[in-house]
Amino acid sequence: MLDKSSLIIVSPEILLLVMACVIAIVDLGVKSRLRNLTYWLTMVTLVVVAYFTGALAAEDKTFYAFGNMVVSDPMGNWLKCFATLAMMVCLVYGRPYAADRDMLRGGEMFTLAMFSLLGIFVMISGSNFLVIYLGLELLTLCSYALVALRRDHTASTEAAMKYFVLGAMASGFLLYGLSMLYGATGSLDVATVFKIVNSGQVKHQVLVFGLVFIVAGLAFKLGAAPFHMWIPDVYQGAPTSVTIMIGSAPELAAFAICIRLLVEGLLPLALDWQQMLAIMAIGSLLIGNLAAIAQSNLKRMLAYSTIGQMGFVLLGLMSGVVNNNTLSAANAYSSAMFYIVTYVLTTLATFGVILLLAREGFESEEIADLAGLNQRSPLYAGVMAVCLFSLAGVPPLVGFYAKLAVLQSLVASGQALYIWIAVFAVMMSLIGSFYYLRVVKVMYFDAPITATTVSAPADVRIVLTLNGALVLILGILPGGLMTLCAQAIIKTLGT
Amino acid sequence: MGLLSLAIWTPIAFGALLLALGRDDQARAVRWLALIGALVSLLVTLPLYSRFDAGSSAMQFVEKGPWIDRFNVNYHLGIDGISFWFVLLTAFITLVVVISAWEVITERVNQYMGAFLILSGLMIGVFCALDGILFYTFFEATLIPMYLIIGIWGGPNKIYAAFKFFLYTLLGSLLMLVALVFLYTKSGGSFDVATWHNLPLSLPAQTLLFFAFFAAFAVKVPMWPVHTWLPDVHVEAPTGGSAVLAAIMLKLGAYGFLRFSMPIAPDAAREYAWLMIALSLIAVIYVGLVAMVQQDMKKLVAYSSVAHMGFVTLGFFIFNDLGVAGGIVQMIAHGFVSGAMFLCIGVLYDRVHSREISSYGGVVNTMPVFTAFALLFAMANCGLPATAGFVGEWMVIIGAVKANFWLGFGAATALIFGAAYTLWMFKRVYLGPVANDDVRVLTDINSREFLMLGLLAAAVLYMGIYPKPFTDIMNASVADFLKHVAASKL
Repeated sequence: MLDKSSLIIVSPEILLLVMACVIAIVDLGVKSRLRNLTYWLTMVTLVVVAYFTGALAAEDKTFYAFGNMVVSDPMGNWLKCFATLAMMVCLVYGRPYAADRDMLRGGEMFTLAMFSLLGIFVMISGSNFLVIYLGLELLTLCSYALVALRRDHTASTEAAMKYFVLGAMASGFLLYGLSMLYGATGSLDVATVFKIVNSGQVKHQVLVFGLVFIVAGLAFKLGAAPFHMWIPDVYQGAPTSVTIMIGSAPELAAFAICIRLLVEGLLPLALDWQQMLAIMAIGSLLIGNLAAIAQSNLKRMLAYSTIGQMGFVLLGLMSGVVNNNTLSAANAYSSAMFYIVTYVLTTLATFGVILLLAREGFESEEIADLAGLNQRSPLYAGVMAVCLFSLAGVPPLVGFYAKLAVLQSLVASGQALYIWIAVFAVMMSLIGSFYYLRVVKVMYFDAPITATTVSAPADVRIVLTLNGALVLILGILPGGLMTLCAQAIIKTLGT
Repeated sequence: MGLLSLAIWTPIAFGALLLALGRDDQARAVRWLALIGALVSLLVTLPLYSRFDAGSSAMQFVEKGPWIDRFNVNYHLGIDGISFWFVLLTAFITLVVVISAWEVITERVNQYMGAFLILSGLMIGVFCALDGILFYTFFEATLIPMYLIIGIWGGPNKIYAAFKFFLYTLLGSLLMLVALVFLYTKSGGSFDVATWHNLPLSLPAQTLLFFAFFAAFAVKVPMWPVHTWLPDVHVEAPTGGSAVLAAIMLKLGAYGFLRFSMPIAPDAAREYAWLMIALSLIAVIYVGLVAMVQQDMKKLVAYSSVAHMGFVTLGFFIFNDLGVAGGIVQMIAHGFVSGAMFLCIGVLYDRVHSREISSYGGVVNTMPVFTAFALLFAMANCGLPATAGFVGEWMVIIGAVKANFWLGFGAATALIFGAAYTLWMFKRVYLGPVANDDVRVLTDINSREFLMLGLLAAAVLYMGIYPKPFTDIMNASVADFLKHVAASKL
């Protein structure tokens, strides 16, 4: 089974694994406060990995490795590339913050980040239930540890505990669902399961029973209502440098396993899971947007906003199959992919600004802490405003085109119900725009509480500016990324 | 790069430059740069006038290129006789607004000027866009600079006003977004407005589309009963913000009726013309009465804007050439007049810091030159012949009489209210003996203010005395428009 071509296909994963171990060992000798050597080693590794996966993705080919356990396809490779870049950005933003809070006494943050990225990679490329589950566990275990990284901080510890208990339960759900499917079909291989389910020989009842648990598990990972309860607490309680890690790259992986399990594995059951997703989408839009209004803590508000945004991703995922017709499937799933990629891009910058404003002994996580930011630093206020308007879905920012793509896939289904859901989603995003605007108001219209100037290391400054500019540029020219997502999904699904 | 692209992107480029480079300690340089930007932006629109073929109803200066391939969205620009004047009007008003802010705005000058220049480019984009998504992008993007303008430089209750403005208008436009996506699906994957014009649609579909577009445009115009945001916003917005809002942003809504609602859903438009006419008449008469009792000058002019825009929508929905052309002329005239009215209030506010009518009285004694200007604009607001305000209202009334005598009668009677509230305000503010010490120490307008009001006065008089150039350019397009909306799409 260990053939050479398989090893080449998983070479990014191997590189990540080796370097994570090397860095863990090298770090023992590092003394500097900011752990420069560890940091730069990690960065170089991630750049190489991002380049590898990007090059693989650009090849537009699909390979299977290790007897169909692992797949390398355009969608997976692009998602891996984006996840790597997102993780790099997280580390750039998070390092000064972590150093100020005594989280860099050892290099665990970097090693754990790399291991969780490895978990993300395995999730994305798994084409076997067990491999996917393995990746998921690797990711979540690293995340638990990361949340608890500030071990003398009560809120962090509490968040880690909550995250662990709920996350373990979600993993249990998923595993239970997968085992039901295994029992019904006798296979763990995604493609084989698809064939068997499609043949119609298996009892529908058993499949749907398993499906319910799988969808519940996925909803936990995506943070969709009614399985969203962990998100606000963990986002708020975790150190911000970790919140940004949890809120960015793992979302891409969660999207990937939705595609792997629901679409590649269980598309014949689309009618069943689309209904579940529809209910969750409506719930997420409702709960996310309404609850966010009441928040005064910025991190908690962004957590609820995540829930609302995930509602849109689910809307994209649920509109693929209409009357057993999969013609518009690629269109719908690529709109969801575009949505989640741009969402991650925007989220990185918003948390980046929060991290930037935090100083020793000051978390800057209340909305009021942003007061008068425009007077203190027009640039960072601008970056934050661009991101917030984008999340609210105002053109010409990228968030608008993401919402447009999802709405288009809903309306294209031609079903009256879906059109009304589109109207509902639009109304919810109107409510959503209120709390995003409120943050803009605090930054631009309120007088600053402190006159201290905002200073940041050069790397943070450059990356954050680029990140904000990208939200604007992708808004003015969204065509390229949209086509990329569409092509990736079409090539991956093969139809 | 085509002329229209140039008209859109020149002010935006200057605006971005101001945002990037400007600092508060170099306010002088910032102002000059903004003035140069506004001037260049106006100059690049002038070749449009000399090269425009008034005999043709087709889209001119067309630019088309792929923008978002996946959804077949094109960067598709072009103007016809209907949209032509608004491009020039926007560039002109922006120049005036930059002059008006010269020494009035002292805080974050670069952001103020930058916001107005960017806003100007975006609004020109709305008038030029021939692609549904491009139109929507420009239409919505205007909210961001305006929100910031109101919120940063506005009055005491600015935050309430900024939110009301943003959320109210967003609510309307989101429904339009669903309508655009619906049309995209119906037309088999096209966002091209011209394709939509010729797309056959059933009456129920047309009705839904008509009201979805109505939600967006009626709020923007604003038509009664969704006009309530306008007075609140006008009162709190800084002078320049009010001027741009009244002079141009309201026209975005009225223009939307001509470009989207009526040609895409002509049968529904005719079916519900009675409703539109009724709402317009209520705006003209009822809102006119409301204007009369206002204590606040800005509120009074805001209500008067609603009433004047009522004439515009009235003209559109009587479906004849005088009505539609009159509506468009009224839009242009109102652009000059309402902008000028708000700038006049700004001149007084800068000196006395009050917008209450009762804080003034006898201004003519201390500011005679200024009062002469104010008188001209007040007369134009009443629709006195030989001013811009007269032409459009007169055309709409004649059009209304042609359609139905009583309709015309009602509209004509309503003119009296317009004269009443404007002249009564003029009397209380400007005439009579000097009312208090604030007025006694007033100094007359300086050369900058003279320039800004003079530019507008010239435009108001020119349009009133010789409106032919304005109507000539739109005639062919209006005739074509009427032919199109008369044909059924069922």
